[in-house]
Amino acid sequence: MSEFTLVNATLADGSVANIGVTDGVIKFIGDQKIGEQIDAKGLVALPGFVDLHTHLREPGFEQSETVLSGSRAAALGGFTAVHAMANTMPVADTAGVVEQIKSLGDEAGLVQVQPIGAVTVGLGGERLAELGAMANSRAKVTIFSDDGKCVSDPLLMRRALAYVKSFDGVIAQHAQEPRLTENSQMHEGNVSAELGLAGWPSVAEESIIARDVLLAEATGSRLHICHLSTAGSVEIIRWAKQRGIKVTAEVTPHHLLLTDELARTYNPVYKVNPPLRTDADVKALREALVDGTIDIVATDHAPHPVESKECEWSAAAFGMLGLETAASVAQLVLIDSGASNWQRFSEVMSVNPAAISRLESQGQKLEVGNVANIAVINPRTTRVISGGGASKSSNQPFEGIELPGTVIHTIYRGTFSVRDSKLAK
Amino acid sequence: MKHLVSVSDLSREAAIAILDTSLEMSEVNDRDIKKLPTLRGKTVVNLFFEDSTRTRISFEVAAKRLSADVINFAAKGSSVSKGESLKDTAQTLEAIGADAVVIRHHASGAAHMLANSGWVKGSVINAGDGTHEHPTQALLDAFTLRSAIHADARGKGLDGVAVAIVGDIAHSRVARSNLVLLKKLGAKVYLVGPPTLLPSALISQADGYSYSLDDAIATFKLDAVMMLRVQLERMTAGFFPSEREYARIWGLNADRLALLGSNTFVMHPGPMNRGLEIDAAAADSKNSLVLKQVANGVSVRMAVLYHLLSGGENE
Amino acid sequence: MPSRTVLTSSDIDRAVTRISHEILESNQGSQDLVILGIPTRGAVLAKRIVETIAKFEAIDTNAVLGTLDITMHRDDLDSKPTRSPAQTVIPSGGLDGKVVVLVDDVLFSGRTIRAALDALGDYGRPSAVRLAVLIDRGHRELPIRADFVGKNLPTSRDERIRVLLTESDTENEVVIEA
Repeated sequence: MSEFTLVNATLADGSVANIGVTDGVIKFIGDQKIGEQIDAKGLVALPGFVDLHTHLREPGFEQSETVLSGSRAAALGGFTAVHAMANTMPVADTAGVVEQIKSLGDEAGLVQVQPIGAVTVGLGGERLAELGAMANSRAKVTIFSDDGKCVSDPLLMRRALAYVKSFDGVIAQHAQEPRLTENSQMHEGNVSAELGLAGWPSVAEESIIARDVLLAEATGSRLHICHLSTAGSVEIIRWAKQRGIKVTAEVTPHHLLLTDELARTYNPVYKVNPPLRTDADVKALREALVDGTIDIVATDHAPHPVESKECEWSAAAFGMLGLETAASVAQLVLIDSGASNWQRFSEVMSVNPAAISRLESQGQKLEVGNVANIAVINPRTTRVISGGGASKSSNQPFEGIELPGTVIHTIYRGTFSVRDSKLAK
Repeated sequence: MKHLVSVSDLSREAAIAILDTSLEMSEVNDRDIKKLPTLRGKTVVNLFFEDSTRTRISFEVAAKRLSADVINFAAKGSSVSKGESLKDTAQTLEAIGADAVVIRHHASGAAHMLANSGWVKGSVINAGDGTHEHPTQALLDAFTLRSAIHADARGKGLDGVAVAIVGDIAHSRVARSNLVLLKKLGAKVYLVGPPTLLPSALISQADGYSYSLDDAIATFKLDAVMMLRVQLERMTAGFFPSEREYARIWGLNADRLALLGSNTFVMHPGPMNRGLEIDAAAADSKNSLVLKQVANGVSVRMAVLYHLLSGGENE
Repeated sequence: MPSRTVLTSSDIDRAVTRISHEILESNQGSQDLVILGIPTRGAVLAKRIVETIAKFEAIDTNAVLGTLDITMHRDDLDSKPTRSPAQTVIPSGGLDGKVVVLVDDVLFSGRTIRAALDALGDYGRPSAVRLAVLIDRGHRELPIRADFVGKNLPTSRDERIRVLLTESDTENEVVIEA
């Protein structure tokens, strides 16, 4: 195992120190130096990022992404752990599939790949999948989600919430009332009316969240709401948290930055589920991320092959890339805006998602004795986003947009997965 | 002007120029020899992903009367059904050497995509895209109304003319295009229909709205009512309870025709559901412009083809 | 831009009067006569000619005077900016068997007249077609000549002839610009 020191790194609290790493563990934070000395002056060192919502597409859709290509994109984005969503082919609804995904992640070895299990068999929304078997498997699944589809049956949702209590699991709900969103293409509002694209009303998300926080209260279970997209959803989560309901919520980078106005291009790269909303929604989501109503930023990294996006809007697939741009968007929203600080950044990008997932060696503060999962970024650079990066797909929603910050190094369990912004392997 | 994807592409002046040219074209269509050599050697492709014999024939006749070669291409499906993709089809047409592609598609934005994709070099004319726009229909409606109102229509707009568009505004490409074009030409546009089919975003662009046709007739001094075709699948989707109820509240019948008075024109983009949104008394009344709308379709499309396909690069 | 007047207002009036007389003379009266002006200024001149003829002959102006737009028959549509067509008005008696006199302001390459002959064919079959122009400036590119000419004006190709008529312009004169 290597031994190195990040010299003069800036920590989340603003202090400057050397960080020494030996045998995969943080040896010291202070003035000392051991092993190779790596200049980190002006760079910010944070706990490695944890993504709670990643579509790695393997098995089944390897033309879009594989565990390896997705791991590369994650490492380049400063992540040391990603959670692989269950909507693969076959669906990750059995111990066998989640173990396979985990071992593919271990083989790639760039980030910790933690599988998410499906709530219902085949994402069918009818019968519970074997949640216990997945929890007790080598993959130790704690998060269950039918993401891409909503667990819309209230009875099934109630049972799932109750059932996962036995192993401290959490249901991550994709909040989308299916009847209210039949054939929906984009946010329902002025733009959809002008463009003649079928609307996706905000209430389709909010009504499910309202129902589910009440179910979570009734069952006393942990509920996580995926990709909040509306101001109304924020209000419901705020209310639920005030009541002491065990609910957590995530927001994606694209919902923090982009709006439905982009649909005017009819470019399906801006087609996503839930849809891009309005300026007012973006503002509410940003405030909620700062004040703690929203707990985490999660990418919903959703690679799609060219042919799924190079077509008419209504025929195109939903989804956007996000792993390599998430930290930049979070920096823009929390730091560059002056709204918050690096400690909050670190909470939403690492500490909180790891806590929701109960990941043991992730999301820990940079302190002596902790596993060395570290992201080192240069916040003072800017770059114009172009192309899909390390992903096998190129559905890049931030194309042509200038974003701040660059991931310089990513250290996963004491080893560089990314060094000087390049993949170590 | 390279493409006609949306009526928003047109300035008021450009729209009036097309209407004026349409007037000359309609004179050509009235004479014995209904043919001009103007687009000799040009190829116009009718690319129809959605069946519409009326619109296709109208474009076909228009192109042929201008001496263009016409290829009709009926494409089925889309990448949804894993049929032929828009891109592959477009590139096939490009290989054929189309100077203009007239596209009708069930997906909103398909014409926009074709025009901006770089897949084809020729002009793109939107002949109806999903529930988005149908610019040539709006032009022919404006042309028909202008000719009905002005004895010498040349150079004129529709300033101060009050038009109610009645029916399923939400899903109507005809309504969207007309709302924008008629307003551009100076008309006052009112939207009338059930609340389930009147999106607030479009209401905010109109000069007024009503959930009741009777109230609209009483309130707005209408020069024309434009009745939209009711798609029966809207009923099954719960936008309104029954055909009978729709006809009773929003249908243009003899009583309402009498209330409108003798100076109000009746329009319908066709095909009509007689007895539903319009009954025979209204459709066949002397104030009905419905047949003129059909006849003017060819003239207006000739004008559009001429304006898009003539003219040098340095325009 | 240096310009000089080559026809004054009264020169134009005299030329129109003379052409009118010549037309009547060659046609032996106004029998079966149709005068078609090519928009814009040819149509103005045609109207002046018909008004002049009406002073000598009892004619029904609506049966004699018309306009013939040639925009859609031009052979340079691809190289010039799109122009909107002007109105074509065929006299009430039609063109079949008539003697049609086409009227234009300036005869230059002959291409406009070629287009006019084409356009004419779509409206009927005249017994004869004649051509009257206010100015013939030479430089023909097609085997076309005028039957009635106001003034022959030798020019170089680069020069520009501007016919100004009060109905469409503020002046009434013909100027030549280098």
